[in-house]
Amino acid sequence: MMRYLLAAILLAISGSAQTPHAAKAAAPAGKRALPRTPWGDPDLQGVWNDATSTPLQRPNGAGKDVLTDEEAASFQDELANDLSRDRRDGGADADVNRAYNEHWMDSRRLKITADRRTSLIVDPPDGRIPPLVKLSPEREKVRAERAAANARFNAGLPATYKDMSLPVRCIIRTDSPPYLPTIYNNDFQIFQSPGLVVIAPEMIHSARMIPVDGRPHLGKNLRQWLGDSRGHWEGDTLVVETTNFRKDDGVIFQNADPDTFRITERFTRVDANTLNYEFTVEDPRTWTKPWSARIPWTKIDPGEQMYEYACHEDNYDLVHFLVGARAREQRGEK
Amino acid sequence: MPNRFRVAPCAIAVIAAAILAAPVAGQQARATGRFPAYRAPRMADGHPDLNGLWQAFVTANWDVQDHEAQAGAHPELDGAYGAGPAGQSIVEGGEIPYQPWALEKKKENFARRATVDVSNDETRQALGDPELKCYMPGVPRATYMPFPFQIVQGSNPYILMAYEFTTATRIIRMNWKQEAPTPSWMGWSRGHWEGDTLVVDVTGQREESWLDRAGDFHSDALHVVERYTPASPYHLMYEATIEDSKVYTRPWKISFPLYRRMEKNVQLLEFKCVPFTEDLLFGRFGKTGGGR
Repeated sequence: MMRYLLAAILLAISGSAQTPHAAKAAAPAGKRALPRTPWGDPDLQGVWNDATSTPLQRPNGAGKDVLTDEEAASFQDELANDLSRDRRDGGADADVNRAYNEHWMDSRRLKITADRRTSLIVDPPDGRIPPLVKLSPEREKVRAERAAANARFNAGLPATYKDMSLPVRCIIRTDSPPYLPTIYNNDFQIFQSPGLVVIAPEMIHSARMIPVDGRPHLGKNLRQWLGDSRGHWEGDTLVVETTNFRKDDGVIFQNADPDTFRITERFTRVDANTLNYEFTVEDPRTWTKPWSARIPWTKIDPGEQMYEYACHEDNYDLVHFLVGARAREQRGEK
Repeated sequence: MPNRFRVAPCAIAVIAAAILAAPVAGQQARATGRFPAYRAPRMADGHPDLNGLWQAFVTANWDVQDHEAQAGAHPELDGAYGAGPAGQSIVEGGEIPYQPWALEKKKENFARRATVDVSNDETRQALGDPELKCYMPGVPRATYMPFPFQIVQGSNPYILMAYEFTTATRIIRMNWKQEAPTPSWMGWSRGHWEGDTLVVDVTGQREESWLDRAGDFHSDALHVVERYTPASPYHLMYEATIEDSKVYTRPWKISFPLYRRMEKNVQLLEFKCVPFTEDLLFGRFGKTGGGR
């Protein structure tokens, strides 16, 4: 059956254990005059794109963290081939499952990061998400239920809309931090006014308000799908702490626990057309240690613009999935 | 969210009352009617600073024309929760100048406002108020829904309008040439300044959006020109001219004030309403026929 590769990407990333090393600092931006807003803040305004083929986690066999030019070219070819090759090698069903090829992709999606890294994760140094801690029985149960729902969906037999992931249900997509590159719609527009930074991801049309005026967080009983963000400037870097995430299944990356999950994001403009996006996440109830990633964002306006991504309004697929499942049941499939 | 005007939480009403009650001396400020002349604080580019969290307090989302207090679509379930308030028309002259066929269509829309059926791809948009289904409301409806919206005006050619309802957003492109590339729910907004007024030209709206719960509607020919004029530190006057030669006999106009939200630390929150509509829209396709 047809399934969303995006959903798979958002849900399926998992970690494996390697020996941690000391964190390496991000490359310094160098001293040059960076643009400022008229009210004196670093100017991050514009439309940015974070597409890359560099995977979040270093693939087995990639060897090292930063490649030479030659190695980078071959690594990029390999990834591009994997993302877009003709994969009609598994029968009709498999073919449809793999239908999202380069036709769907932002062309930037087929290129690795300009600094030739093999993973977006920069810490731990092995480029992999740290191992999971032992989960509480309650959280194991939630995870098992989610896995069963995913299995029903992937088998073409979702019992209800609740068997589908939040992206398929058009509740959240790439609008919830941390921002990770996906197959398409990797655009983010940043707006600023005195005391406020707003990040509007193309998918799904929400505006994440980041007050930078020193106000306190929302009260702890007011939780949101995108959490509650507060920012401050450290030199040229916008540092954002986000709390108050809702507890719904799948709201936080890898189903971390909203009560103990912490995310810090850092946005640093390094030149006219590049902004470094870095994030660190930690949750002692989920991962054995914190981990960090760095993703370069490229400025694309005014040549390219952000357009409306209406997801729910025309969500034909969700109905098709369910109607298809009921038809299969009628035919006796399980 | 810069809060330049720190006043006690209930200040909106007090100030509004004070301003409205004050005798208007001699000349009236253009486009602001009851307000004395006002010069707004400036951004660095010399244009008025419209930044802030704004909200309309008209009841036009129930009906842009005069309307009595009314029961909701399901009074047997919702009682007074579902009922709507009475309200006065925001339409200049009171009535929308519908073509005769369109007036009939509006009545049909109203009769079926709470009926939805998304089982058929061809007809799934035909029934029900888009608000009921948590669809992005379009313009001008987004402006007078009972939720606030944030204007984010910085120093580049884009102004963001971010609405709490279904976290809808639209980007106002200033002095922009390119036409709407394709229809969208929130439309294609291009802005320019006329004196202290932000004028926004909105085209390319999806034909399925409605103007209110009363079934008022438009076609794909909808053209809206909005005007946002600062009237006091706490008010913007909002006007929109609505033109659609397929549905109305002539262009018509709405106007009402927008109020600055003044509560300490007030911020735009989320109203992601999709989860509130899933049982209504998709429950019937579940294995047990009603969600889970």
